[in-house]
Amino acid sequence: MSHSEHHTERTSLAYSIEKQVEVKAQKCYQCGKCSAGCPVADEMDLPPSMVMRLLQTEQPENDEKILRSHSIWLCVTCEMCLSRCPMEIDIPSMMDWLRQKSRSKKMVNRQAKNIIAFHKSFLNSIKYTGRLYELGLILDYKRQSFNLTQDISLAPKMISRGKLHIFPDMIKGTAQIAKIFKKTSK
Amino acid sequence: MKFGIYPGCSLTGSARDYNESVFALAEAFGLDFIQIPDWNCCGATAAHNLNKELSLALPARILALAEKNGLEEIIVPCAACYSRLVVTQHELRKDPELKNRISEVIEMEYRGTSRILNVIEWIDKYIAPLLEAKIVNPFKYKVACYYGCLLVRPDKILKYDRLEDPLTMDTVMTRIGATPVDYPYKTECCGAGFSISRTDIVSKLSGKIIEDAEHRGADAIIVACPMCHSNLDMRRPDINKYWKTEYNIPVIFVTQAIGLSIGLPASKVGLKRHFVEVKIS
Repeated sequence: MSHSEHHTERTSLAYSIEKQVEVKAQKCYQCGKCSAGCPVADEMDLPPSMVMRLLQTEQPENDEKILRSHSIWLCVTCEMCLSRCPMEIDIPSMMDWLRQKSRSKKMVNRQAKNIIAFHKSFLNSIKYTGRLYELGLILDYKRQSFNLTQDISLAPKMISRGKLHIFPDMIKGTAQIAKIFKKTSK
Repeated sequence: MKFGIYPGCSLTGSARDYNESVFALAEAFGLDFIQIPDWNCCGATAAHNLNKELSLALPARILALAEKNGLEEIIVPCAACYSRLVVTQHELRKDPELKNRISEVIEMEYRGTSRILNVIEWIDKYIAPLLEAKIVNPFKYKVACYYGCLLVRPDKILKYDRLEDPLTMDTVMTRIGATPVDYPYKTECCGAGFSISRTDIVSKLSGKIIEDAEHRGADAIIVACPMCHSNLDMRRPDINKYWKTEYNIPVIFVTQAIGLSIGLPASKVGLKRHFVEVKIS
């Protein structure tokens, strides 16, 4: 295969990220500042600088390793990596893109199931009411994650402090919100 | 002067204390808010993690509603909502095609003309000039000002404060009589949206933030984000259990501290709703 042919057939994650997120993985020179400052790096299977390195190889097996990693879900979007990157590589936006890719390719890491269950419950909550209904969120999350006993003592304490609504706060434009969800679901 | 306010979901529930203190300050300084009519959730972490288009459409509806109601300036007390709104405005400004697509999704005209202020910007602009004359009860405590992530990052978009050692909140606290301590944890992450799904991570990260404030002799940690507050305050039993500590330093919203300094009672600024008892008055 000639070089130009190889170029037109580029199907790597790095290439898609370059096109769709405008982030160039090749700019990374492995200084490691992102991993050093990342608050969750010690929990990760692939710290951010390692994700960058694997992307640069443009090898299918490395791409798959990234999409199946726990790391992309552990990224808490604190944006520390971007703020300290000497090449200003937007790792947080890239992580958002990778999470969505991992889900659409059904490669989600099993260890991330609670994190994803929480995000889904959160969106379910606002989908029907327009605003977050915290009690509904907690109950839906318990149903999705089977963590039935977690935080059981918290709800009464929140209620006694006036910090938890018993009923949801419905906005007038719920139909509009439902439409927004519908139009943005792929 | 009337301006819009986007309280966001937390301020109607778990951060009701923050909401009370913001409204109490506005009242005390004769400032009038108009809530953006029929506002919706900004989508928070969940939306941008799972669906980019949704994460832009939800804030765009909020901003379009503000425009429709003639609210040129909106204050957003929640740092997380503030970040989502500013980032959306930025993304739609740099990509007209995306802007048209999102307008189509929300079925509303979106111009992107709103001026979005975080709580410290609002304090600096409208409260600071009148503050000195109103102080009757100087807040004479040592404080650790904790900014968290979303008030300062991404700095290229927010263009707000210094990235590694922000000073805006320290300056406000100095004005009301407090002494800020040197605090390297100012912009470290508290664990944010993992409060329920990974409480262990929140306990670990928030514990470090609390420990350093305690070690530096601070009497209180000052915050401007409901998510930081709930992690540092409501999650304190989890934090103390994780680190085998008994830290009881209170976590106070910057607006609550200002409220106390101008003589508002603790209950009026929501201080009775905290999990960690606030003995400061």
